[in-house]
Amino acid sequence: MSKQKKDIGQEILKEINQDDLQSEHHKKPFLGKAAIPLLAILTGLIIGGLMIAITSQSVYTAFGQSIGKGFATAFSEVGTAYKALFNGAIGDPARMINALKLGDAKEIRQAFNPFLESLVQATPYIFAGLAVALGFRSGLFNIGVEGQLFIGAACATYVGYAVTGLPAWIHMPLAFLAGALGGALWGFVPGFLKAKTGGHEVINTIMMNWIAFRLTEWLLSGPMTRPGSGGMPLSPIIQKTAEIPQFFPSPIRFHLGFFIALAGAYFIWWLLFKTTWGLNLRTVGTNPRAARYAGLSTTKSIILAMSLSGALAGMAGAVQVLAVNRSMALGLSSGYGFDSIALALIGNNHPVGVVLASILFGTLRNGATRMMVVSSIPIDIVDVVQAIILMFVAAPAIIRSIYRLRKPKQEEQQVFLSGWGGQS
Amino acid sequence: MTENSLVHKHRRVVEISHTRKIVIGVVEILIGLLIYFIFAAKTSGESLTKFVMTPGGIDQGQLSDWILPSKITLIILAVVSLLIGIYQIIKGFGKWTNMQIGICSLFLIFSFLVWQAADRQLNLAGMLSSAVLLAVPITLGAFSGILAERSGIINISIEGMMLMASMAAAITGSVTKNPWIGLLGGILSSVLLALILGVLSIKYKVNQTISGTVINIFSAGLTAFISQKFLQHTQTLNNPKMFTRVPLPGLADIPLVGPILFNQNIFVYLMFIILIVLQLALFQTRWGLRLRAVGEHPKAADTLGINVIRTRYMGVILSGVVAGIAGAFFTLGSVGRFDEGMTAGKGFIGLAAMIFGNWMPTGALGAGLLFGFADAIGSKLSLLGSSIPPQFMAMAPYLITMIVLAGFIGKGQAPAAEGEPYEKE
Repeated sequence: MSKQKKDIGQEILKEINQDDLQSEHHKKPFLGKAAIPLLAILTGLIIGGLMIAITSQSVYTAFGQSIGKGFATAFSEVGTAYKALFNGAIGDPARMINALKLGDAKEIRQAFNPFLESLVQATPYIFAGLAVALGFRSGLFNIGVEGQLFIGAACATYVGYAVTGLPAWIHMPLAFLAGALGGALWGFVPGFLKAKTGGHEVINTIMMNWIAFRLTEWLLSGPMTRPGSGGMPLSPIIQKTAEIPQFFPSPIRFHLGFFIALAGAYFIWWLLFKTTWGLNLRTVGTNPRAARYAGLSTTKSIILAMSLSGALAGMAGAVQVLAVNRSMALGLSSGYGFDSIALALIGNNHPVGVVLASILFGTLRNGATRMMVVSSIPIDIVDVVQAIILMFVAAPAIIRSIYRLRKPKQEEQQVFLSGWGGQS
Repeated sequence: MTENSLVHKHRRVVEISHTRKIVIGVVEILIGLLIYFIFAAKTSGESLTKFVMTPGGIDQGQLSDWILPSKITLIILAVVSLLIGIYQIIKGFGKWTNMQIGICSLFLIFSFLVWQAADRQLNLAGMLSSAVLLAVPITLGAFSGILAERSGIINISIEGMMLMASMAAAITGSVTKNPWIGLLGGILSSVLLALILGVLSIKYKVNQTISGTVINIFSAGLTAFISQKFLQHTQTLNNPKMFTRVPLPGLADIPLVGPILFNQNIFVYLMFIILIVLQLALFQTRWGLRLRAVGEHPKAADTLGINVIRTRYMGVILSGVVAGIAGAFFTLGSVGRFDEGMTAGKGFIGLAAMIFGNWMPTGALGAGLLFGFADAIGSKLSLLGSSIPPQFMAMAPYLITMIVLAGFIGKGQAPAAEGEPYEKE
């Protein structure tokens, strides 16, 4: 009897999700779902340009002379800045063409290095963005990626330098998994609290962030400090066997981690869309009431989803330490935690979208470093642009009214998030 | 039912599940055991703890120092905690539950101090005085949260509003050399952000947690950008005149309480004024009733002719005003210049204080003071030469926040319609 009941539940579930699948099949023409994010990015960059012009001293001086001159200076300032951004992020087109004509392998690598470097920057973003997307898919808002990343990086670093005498094919995966495990633990705690006590994960993950910062600060200046660093929070350098290999000699940092990240994205896609577990998870996320009628355990899926989300965030930290930095310092993250929220939303919480958005953000950030050198524009402008992009993606009505787009027949499904009460 | 009879029906029934009741009791027994077996056991019988009672900076309202026998004090505190825990498990405290947990937490903190300061001296009054000051941004953040949430809008962007306000206050205060205009500048910047939050959440019906996050990222980015582009090169832009301590005549003479509460800067007094105004306005006026009605049941409120949209905008904007004052505190009342990320999560802790205080202004103040106290301990203990790493002490407020959230949030306490956009039919 009870078995039959469960079957009915599964039937209901199938029906609910069939709706979901059908709507996915009827895709809109003209770029479809990508139109809003693309326009959002464009608008974000335009507003970023305005900010560059407004905060530039020479623009004001030029406006003092004449209005025409003012506009010309403003355009040239923004042009210089965005050209530096492009060259820093993709590479100098002239040099790239030249290198291809010459056919010199080393010159080609160096000309294309800015693009490869953008992929290097994108790698932790992919992991972090997947972490947030997985949370959103299951109705959880994980703002704790930053802390999970720090703990993951600390665990990976510890295994990376303290364990010796292992061959590389064991040591490297072991250190990487240690990072995932550390992040998973940091995600498990708020997941457990949410499921068992209803403590809201938004506050708890933020608190776990601060605890993680203080904990790593203590670890790096105490138990895990590098001998001779003089109390500076800095870890020892990891063993050669723990390093995630880089493909090319020194100045080019492109590494295997990028492909591990792609594999991770594939795995999450498979998990979410091809397994029963993923189906249950998405049902809990989009329609918890239906999920409960179908006999699904929200408690279990919340804890599992938060742990897995934390594990992904931990991998972001691990890959950064094992492949790029080779040791851990406090300046490990440049705000991956908040960026990853924007990534997940711009990527529509879909692994493919997240990977594309991550490459975009990696490119932006990599280019912004160059822009900072050329035009002395603080790199934090990227954050502002990202916030604006996120705003437009979250409120597509604004973008539609700016660009006179028609309203879709069906409202996009919003990510389900409840108030503080937890499982309502 | 007339409006007036509803005005007095504001007390929410605090429901505590059976498991929660037991868990709270067990935690309190554990606190008692911790005090007994760790703190007391490690203290020798002859030790004395000296609490200095001079907050400094004022001559009025002095008390003589407290000298306590460390071990006996600890044992008494342990036993009382145990008894409270046992009573909680057997009978429960009903509506006094939050209060008794607060008391137990205070016991834990106090006994920790007694243990750490055994054979030494600790300036308790000075610590309380700085605790009150540290509680200001947290409590004001909680008030800001209450204003928005009572109208049905979740505001997780208090942190971002505070950060933006702290920078705006520093700049306007430096340029005009007048802290009052600085305060106004801070409030204005925060209200602008509140307007964005309002438009996104009310007009465009964006998920409120996401619109809050947009503002948090935006203001973290913009303040860092402006700070690096301008403030670091031009020191004159980041050197505001601060509000100084103003002892209140008469009140500052009260022993102990006087120097701690009434010899502070304007922000502490603002905190108390807002507390009183908010508590009265929310629960004794028609305005407050309408605000709460919109947060609880917007459809019913609309049917009765209350403009839901306008009321929600008002709630969010007032939330921005209070968050602006909280932000200005950092630059004009505490540090004296703007540093990147100087709010350090205080806005989020404020939200936790709001939840802990059960969406009531008085409760929020109590929670804010508790967090402020935990904050003050960290800085004082590192001066005391404690063996505990300062980083661990700095974790305390965050840990307490999590424990509080796990222990207190019950069902049916938050405004019912919170987080749901209102769609007129």
